[in-house]
Amino acid sequence: SFTTHCEIRTYHRMCGMQFMLLFSRQGKLRLQKWYVPLSDKEKKKITRELVQTVLARKPKMCSFLEWRDLKIVYKRYASLYFCCAIEDQDNELITLEIIHRYVELLDKYFGSVCELDIIFNFEKAYFILDEFLLGGEAQETSKKNVLKAIEQADLLQEVSHVKNCE
Amino acid sequence: MPAPIRLRELIRTIRTARTQAEEREMIQKECAAIRSSFREEDNTYRCRNVAKLLYMHMLGYPAHFGQLECLKLIASQKFTDKRIGYLGAMLLLDERQDVHLLMTNCIKNDLNHSTQYVQGLALCTLGCMGSSEMCRDLAGEVEKLLKTSNSYLRKKAALCAVHVIRKVPELMEMFLPATKNLLSEKNHGVLHTSVVLLTEMCERSPDMLAHFRKNEKLVPQLVRILKNLIMSGYSPEHDVSGISDPFLQVRILRLLRILGKSDDDSSEAMNDILAQVATNTETSKNVGNAILYETVLTIMDIKSESGLRVLAINILGRFLLNNDKNIRYVALTSLLKTVQTDHNAVQRHRSTIVDCLKDLDVSIKRRAMELSFALVNGNNIRGMMKELLYFLDSCDPEFKADCASGVFLAAEKYAPSKRWHIDTIMRVLTTAGSYVRDDSVPNLIQLITNSVEMHAYTVQRLYKALLDDISQQPLVQVASWCIGEYGDLLVSGQCEEEEPIQVTEDEVLDVLEGLLVSNLSTPVTRGYSLTAIMKLSTRFSSVNRIKKVVSIYGSSIDVELQQRAVEYNALFKKYDHMRPALLERMPIMEKTATNGPTEIVQTNGETEPSVVEPKHPPPVTQPANQANDLLDLLGGNDVVPVIQTTLPTKPASAGGELLDLLGDLSLSGIPPMIAYNKNGLKIDFTFERANPNPNIAVITIHASNTTEADMTDFVFQAAVPKTFQLQLLSPSSNVVPALNQGTVTQVIRVLNPQKQQLRMRIKLTYTHKGSPVQDLAEVNNFPPQSWQ
Repeated sequence: SFTTHCEIRTYHRMCGMQFMLLFSRQGKLRLQKWYVPLSDKEKKKITRELVQTVLARKPKMCSFLEWRDLKIVYKRYASLYFCCAIEDQDNELITLEIIHRYVELLDKYFGSVCELDIIFNFEKAYFILDEFLLGGEAQETSKKNVLKAIEQADLLQEVSHVKNCE
Repeated sequence: MPAPIRLRELIRTIRTARTQAEEREMIQKECAAIRSSFREEDNTYRCRNVAKLLYMHMLGYPAHFGQLECLKLIASQKFTDKRIGYLGAMLLLDERQDVHLLMTNCIKNDLNHSTQYVQGLALCTLGCMGSSEMCRDLAGEVEKLLKTSNSYLRKKAALCAVHVIRKVPELMEMFLPATKNLLSEKNHGVLHTSVVLLTEMCERSPDMLAHFRKNEKLVPQLVRILKNLIMSGYSPEHDVSGISDPFLQVRILRLLRILGKSDDDSSEAMNDILAQVATNTETSKNVGNAILYETVLTIMDIKSESGLRVLAINILGRFLLNNDKNIRYVALTSLLKTVQTDHNAVQRHRSTIVDCLKDLDVSIKRRAMELSFALVNGNNIRGMMKELLYFLDSCDPEFKADCASGVFLAAEKYAPSKRWHIDTIMRVLTTAGSYVRDDSVPNLIQLITNSVEMHAYTVQRLYKALLDDISQQPLVQVASWCIGEYGDLLVSGQCEEEEPIQVTEDEVLDVLEGLLVSNLSTPVTRGYSLTAIMKLSTRFSSVNRIKKVVSIYGSSIDVELQQRAVEYNALFKKYDHMRPALLERMPIMEKTATNGPTEIVQTNGETEPSVVEPKHPPPVTQPANQANDLLDLLGGNDVVPVIQTTLPTKPASAGGELLDLLGDLSLSGIPPMIAYNKNGLKIDFTFERANPNPNIAVITIHASNTTEADMTDFVFQAAVPKTFQLQLLSPSSNVVPALNQGTVTQVIRVLNPQKQQLRMRIKLTYTHKGSPVQDLAEVNNFPPQSWQ
């Protein structure tokens, strides 16, 4: 079997988000969403190196950087870094808006979201992300509709009698 | 057995751990409990346990023993179970393991579930991580859902279809019928995802692209939707800072770009809306600028009329003045892409670009530097060089090598006078001398040799520089060489350009001997100075002193130096009659350069420099006005033969340039080979061994094109078997010009420690006559010398 010089390019993508990572200022991972197939080992390596690179950035620097052969878009909200990898053809500025929209959704859902909410309710953070993005692309551009879907799904959970994952 | 602890409880507990060891202990304890619980096939708490496992997995601990449990959760009828089960599958399962295929049946059932939220979970999981096999099995279900009237499901199915197509491109056609009326939906979610789906199909298949252009009349539909978004009043549901659904606007603009590229009719049909978006979009916030950015990219890529293009470049120019550094960054990136095709328009923003050299952000500085070099021409060379040399003085070390190379190249092309050229070189050598590339030294030596009337001035300036600083090796090497050649001019005080200095032969020899003994000098530098001293034996009268120095170094521990000294000694003793002829002035060196490999031809015996006709016409990839600059130089007063190196858009492409200047086709004695030859694209491989590591083979690819249209967006990718390691350096350009008018070169370094037979799989992508082309090929015919 063959290995390529950059493992992320194992299949041909022309656009779309490759992955999104949320991590704290100490480099602790709070969420990892991967839209490309990679082994656990590869994911760990990428996470470790990228987190280091982003944390080393100075506040005056811009939100975009080239890392390996990817474009990285990141933004810090309070104590959390939101970091996405996008393809060469993708629009960096709209990716910032995607990140911002996700933060707004979390904020609406948790009511003034903070890092602790994401730590203690990480599965909810994933559910919300999965109602907003699918396969790395936005599936719904209305804030209201995303939140409504989450609300309905949460209700379904209640109806299932057993709250056995809290 | 007590109930397993709750998730939030566990999280709280783990967070109280004060050390890594303490945390590990807690985790191990909990994992053990979870494992027993799994073994007992406990349905009630499976969900809770898997959730905890996912938390621990995020902390970095192994959780593979939970994979099958995720599958059981997915198969459960409880929504809570499914939610966590699918999440677990997406986090813990991966398509390389066969176990993921067990999901397929569950997903199939859930795609047909009565509850849309369950269907949604299945679509999401499939669209995020479905393997090719799963996609093949379930494509039919996805296609069905793409036709449903339920917009919640339809939008998800569209993105799921995108994933299916990415994994199994041959299934694309089956989704075509379902795309029929996707764009007549009112629901923005469906519209957005439909545009993404259509984009994927058009980018992947030229036939699809043609179909959507002509048969489906996609462009007018998209124009209509975009127009509605802009003209419609405030829509609270989709509003972002006064703009209606920017996400949708950006995706539509992107699809328009693909439809309009190389197509006159489509481009014309979108002209008005592009102008409208470009002029009416609010620019005070990032969201508006995101739309403008996408608009600019579209305008530049389609066949837009010149007024629209100028509008686009001006938007970029305004971006450059924006306080937001992100906006400046994208502006510079875009300008870099358009500088070749819209050179004059970009020139108007030159001073703003040059100001960006002073930006604090490293990426912005780099782009500003690259763009600045691309904008240098015969008219602005003096001003631009001033700015770039100032930048060279103060920039970070990571830039110095590229900047120095860029300065040299620009100076070679556009130097207004010999004197200016030499001064510029001097400036680079003295301020960034330790960062210039090794190949600069022979290049500069050749330049100096060929600037006959500047010899006295050059050697004087270099001598003075040596008196100040002997630590920068490239400077010292060039200086030594010059003193060796023109030392007689130095002591005779012949300089016309500036006040000649008074220096004696002994003083000159002191300096050169000083280099020989200094700790700062590398062995290569020592070699240069010994040879220089030897050459002076035919130019100076103090031959005895020189004889003494040479004989001392006959017993040097440096073998190279020793050998030279011994040979020079022999020259004095046995071949003295030949010495003057051997050490006489170097003749003019001719250099003809194109995009490909070069020969340095020495014309021995010629004492007069002559105007040499260039052997090859300037490559077509250069914009017309740059080619004209070269032709102007030909007709000008300079007697130096025209050196036609083309400036790649990145001044730094190490390796490619190195081989261009120094290499000829069989530098290392390893024969070149043809790696690929199909559809007019030919790729040759040439080889050399990298010093000092014999396990590294350095391969240069030379891509050429016999068809009558350029191959643009050319990307070469390579993969090698696991025992090898591969490094691909930057290509010389990404356009392979038509009719063999130039080549794209790129360097590959292959590490082969096990000396196994070299095999390679290559992938080529490019655009030819408006259509994307992709090909895979195996390269197996490597000559044995390249890997043995």
